[in-house]
Amino acid sequence: MDFCVLSAFELARLIHSHQVSALEVTQVFLNRIEQVDGRPGKLGSVEDDSQDARDVHAFITLTAEQALHCAARIDQRIAAGEDPGALAGVPFTVKDIFCVKDTPSTAGSHILANFVAPYHATPVERMLQAGGLLLGKVNLDEFTYGSSNESSAFQPGPRNPWKLDRVPGGSSGASAACVAAGEAPLSLGTDTAGSIRQPAAFCGVVGMKPTYGRVSRYGLIAFGSSLDCPGTVSRDLRDAALMLQVVAGGDERDATASRRPVQDYLAELEKGVKGLRIGLSPDYFRITYPHVESGDYAEQPIATEIEATVRHAAELLQAQGAEIIEDVPMPNTRYGIPAYFVISRVEAASNLHRYDGVKYGYRTLGSVNELSELYRRSRGEGFGVQPKLRILMGMYVSAAQYSEQYYRRALKVRTLIRRDFERIFDPQGEYRLDALLTPTTPTSAFPLGEVYGDTVLMQYADQLTVPANHAGIPGISMPAGLDSQGLPIGVQLLGADFSEGLLLRIGRALEQVNADEPWRRTKPEILQLLGK
Amino acid sequence: MTDTEKSSEGQEISRPLFDYLVQLAALDLSEEQAQYLLRELNHQLRAIQELAAIPLDEQLPVTTHGVPFRSEDRPGLRADKAQPFPDPQEILHQAPKVEDDYFVVPDIPHTTLE
Repeated sequence: MDFCVLSAFELARLIHSHQVSALEVTQVFLNRIEQVDGRPGKLGSVEDDSQDARDVHAFITLTAEQALHCAARIDQRIAAGEDPGALAGVPFTVKDIFCVKDTPSTAGSHILANFVAPYHATPVERMLQAGGLLLGKVNLDEFTYGSSNESSAFQPGPRNPWKLDRVPGGSSGASAACVAAGEAPLSLGTDTAGSIRQPAAFCGVVGMKPTYGRVSRYGLIAFGSSLDCPGTVSRDLRDAALMLQVVAGGDERDATASRRPVQDYLAELEKGVKGLRIGLSPDYFRITYPHVESGDYAEQPIATEIEATVRHAAELLQAQGAEIIEDVPMPNTRYGIPAYFVISRVEAASNLHRYDGVKYGYRTLGSVNELSELYRRSRGEGFGVQPKLRILMGMYVSAAQYSEQYYRRALKVRTLIRRDFERIFDPQGEYRLDALLTPTTPTSAFPLGEVYGDTVLMQYADQLTVPANHAGIPGISMPAGLDSQGLPIGVQLLGADFSEGLLLRIGRALEQVNADEPWRRTKPEILQLLGK
Repeated sequence: MTDTEKSSEGQEISRPLFDYLVQLAALDLSEEQAQYLLRELNHQLRAIQELAAIPLDEQLPVTTHGVPFRSEDRPGLRADKAQPFPDPQEILHQAPKVEDDYFVVPDIPHTTLE
């Protein structure tokens, strides 16, 4: 039996029922990592195409010894008749933006390359308490600033397992890549503008951004504090439900973590879609972006194959009894990116001021005469260009002279985006939707090096995902087909606040009804090379 | 910021304004990095200009986070009570330079605030 293709749910069941040991499962996944991952990302390392182009490069830090040690303890507890938790013996990885005690927690940045976290982030702690086995920390865009994983200071960077010359997406790109390549069934990621859903779509896996506040942010290295959401990466919807069940819930260490009771997501999962109202919006079938030089806005439809995949998913759900509501207006979708350019930069700049070369992290190795020089040189040498860009933009748009024009205006536009969703999910309103079904991304995974450097075009990769972050609502991306290049296409389900259970249920119905479609039998390039 | 440091009507970040922001942000940049960052900042600023064209009601409230918290969902504030970290040395070991139990920094020259 190839454990690497099994879901977390199935692995946990096998381990609980003594059919396989946690130790055996862990060893199989460590072997898979050795087969497909290649050398881990390292600071200052230069990519060597002839060697590195054949591997996934998801990991920065492998915690193999610790995983094997914990696996042995899980086996002992099961042998003693104890219940070691819902994820007992299930391997998982963590995006290297979460603190994991006694483990390098780098944010993919030179400035935190030597930082060893003194405590666990709450979602990590909950995964470990549920018996999950941490295999290691995986790469990301530096401080999560990117949509392709190309900005990490740790190279070689992650590649898309479906086609190794494509980006895995970002910023949770390595989380999605390692799950797609069978290196782990689960990964913990974060989503600030689409950073779980976009890479999930690019890598053909399931990525969920829960409602803001559903999962604690304690121990998460902050980017945009009003937008950041820890969430799940898995290969199917049942695993997403299982993992969310473990990590969700209030936390006295995060004042924004909601105390609202956590639903039993697994109990809701198989209830089908009969009678549910699912909307389609023309505003999610086109994108609007500015020309790089002139600034003129051009509107263009998303890739035809992607729209067709969304419509096909709608037909499948309709055949299962859902009611499909067409032409749902979401007029403020197009403003999501410009507003994000302002809000996220202001929050990022604020969060990045703490890195000063004094208390932890990188300090310049050169001699300095006074404190301000220490700050300038440590930050200048420690940050890559993406954090620098966000600091400068954040300071500019929040300066007293421009704050009204940019920052307050962006916060008002955020209100309009939120109202779009409130209107369509209002149970007494005109649309009364249970979910909105959309494409996750305007294109499939783009080639490495094609967009990186153009920070405006890169940001527009998130145009269909960022509205959910502004509004705080939950969203799930799940695979729904392949395009003519053999690359995965993701569809997105968006719902009202705290409607994760309903979204998981709709996604589950869709994955069951399309389980036998021919594209489901196609495997990522990296697994074809392995003969899997 | 003085008037000469301001961009013209907020449309473009000039090099002097950029240099001023870099100084405030405490960042040493190479000239190559500075040119790239200034170019990208102005590209992003053009994308942001779209916000200016949106008709907004004066009374429209701002949204600082999406989900309105019901009072019963709020965790409430923790008691303002110090909780000692179990092993302070673990924290101090993260610092690039310490002496006894203090972080060590270079000289802080006296400056007179204007």
